[in-house]
Amino acid sequence: MAKSIVQEFTKGLWSEIPPFRLVLGLCPTLAVTKSVENGIGMGLATTFVLVCSNILVSSLRKVIPSKVRIACFIVVIATFVTVVELLMQAFTYPLFLKLGIFIPLIVVNCIVLGRSEAFASKNPVVPSTADGLGIGLGFTLSLGALGAVREILGNGTVLGMDVFGPSFEPFTFMVEAPGAFIGLGLMLCVMNLVGSK
Amino acid sequence: MLSYLIDIFLIGIVAALINNFVLYYFVGICPFVGVSRKISTAFGMGCAVIFVISIAALISWTITTYVLMPGAPLTQWAAGLFMTPEAAAGVDLTVLSYIVYIFAISSSVQFVEMYVRKFFPPLYKALGVYLPLITTNCAILFACLVIMSKIVGVDNPADAWDLGRGLTLAVGGGIGFTIAIVIMAGIREELDLCDVPKPFEGAAITLIVAGILALGFMGFTGVDSGLRKAMMPEPAAVTAQVQAAPEAGGGDVHN
Repeated sequence: MAKSIVQEFTKGLWSEIPPFRLVLGLCPTLAVTKSVENGIGMGLATTFVLVCSNILVSSLRKVIPSKVRIACFIVVIATFVTVVELLMQAFTYPLFLKLGIFIPLIVVNCIVLGRSEAFASKNPVVPSTADGLGIGLGFTLSLGALGAVREILGNGTVLGMDVFGPSFEPFTFMVEAPGAFIGLGLMLCVMNLVGSK
Repeated sequence: MLSYLIDIFLIGIVAALINNFVLYYFVGICPFVGVSRKISTAFGMGCAVIFVISIAALISWTITTYVLMPGAPLTQWAAGLFMTPEAAAGVDLTVLSYIVYIFAISSSVQFVEMYVRKFFPPLYKALGVYLPLITTNCAILFACLVIMSKIVGVDNPADAWDLGRGLTLAVGGGIGFTIAIVIMAGIREELDLCDVPKPFEGAAITLIVAGILALGFMGFTGVDSGLRKAMMPEPAAVTAQVQAAPEAGGGDVHN
């Protein structure tokens, strides 16, 4: 039993890591990864919503009628998104301002709804928590990695620290909209190369 | 009156082309990648999104103005039944907005689904699972949230958006989504005949094509301020916009 919980946790970190293996939740991935800090902040907010909604959905799984389950899941998720937004407004205000409208858009992040539907509604509370935590942390890692690539190339910095020195000419392209698409496309390609070995 | 019409026109143009929902704000990427295999399906999806987004904008504008925002008439009346008028004026229900919007969206999607199934069965078959998934299309919630921020977040009540501006933003955004997804479907139909390197197959090459498309759409940057200047020589009194387009400068790629 203990082993399977560890498995539920670690699958989110590699074998089902979103958004590379599970191509879901691309909107926040592309929109907020202008810097490492934004990416990780968004990832942690999503993790919070994912874990809380997984816990609540799996503890209510016998009560929720299957015909209206999607509506119930989405109300649960929207509630936790409101909670996380108020928390961020209170404690991490600068990050709240940077992420802006993408915090409420966690409601329609397919990863969160997907995990409720595919996992939490069929499994007990403890594995669902592990699943939410694993997928959430995997998502945070991916956003951090994409954010790092875009911040290093587009700005020459990591977490605000200079890495290349003053002579570096930044690719402004990478922090603009097209850079997000191309950066994620190249990362998907690298993941395919690594995975196919 | 004229300045209002120009304002509406610019909101539509900005939402559809300049700050395209898909290629500038990155909302609605899931259907953009998932349903862009054939032009006909992509066009059907775009039309369904335009329809849902306008209904959702209509509902969310009405609910925000009359129920959710601080000092909304219906809420004040209801709260006044069992509160002092001073306490009733302070009731702020905006915290409920996400739940209300998502309910409005999912019920309008349900409505569209029944309508399409009854009157356009082939389109219903082609869209398949993506039709109910319009509920989780961020473009629609995004439009509702932008409209909310233009009503609730403004200091001067006269600057708050009316229904016409809200609907124009929603329809413009929907048209922008349709343009982007149809162009993408056209490119992908051609791409099927090409020899794509193995690791790039699937989502990776789609995203890279989307990046090049986004690069193309960046060319529209600044068109709105030019149009505004051309149509209104005197300084504009009304400057409501989706968001001021940032300066161009990312177009030149340093290698």
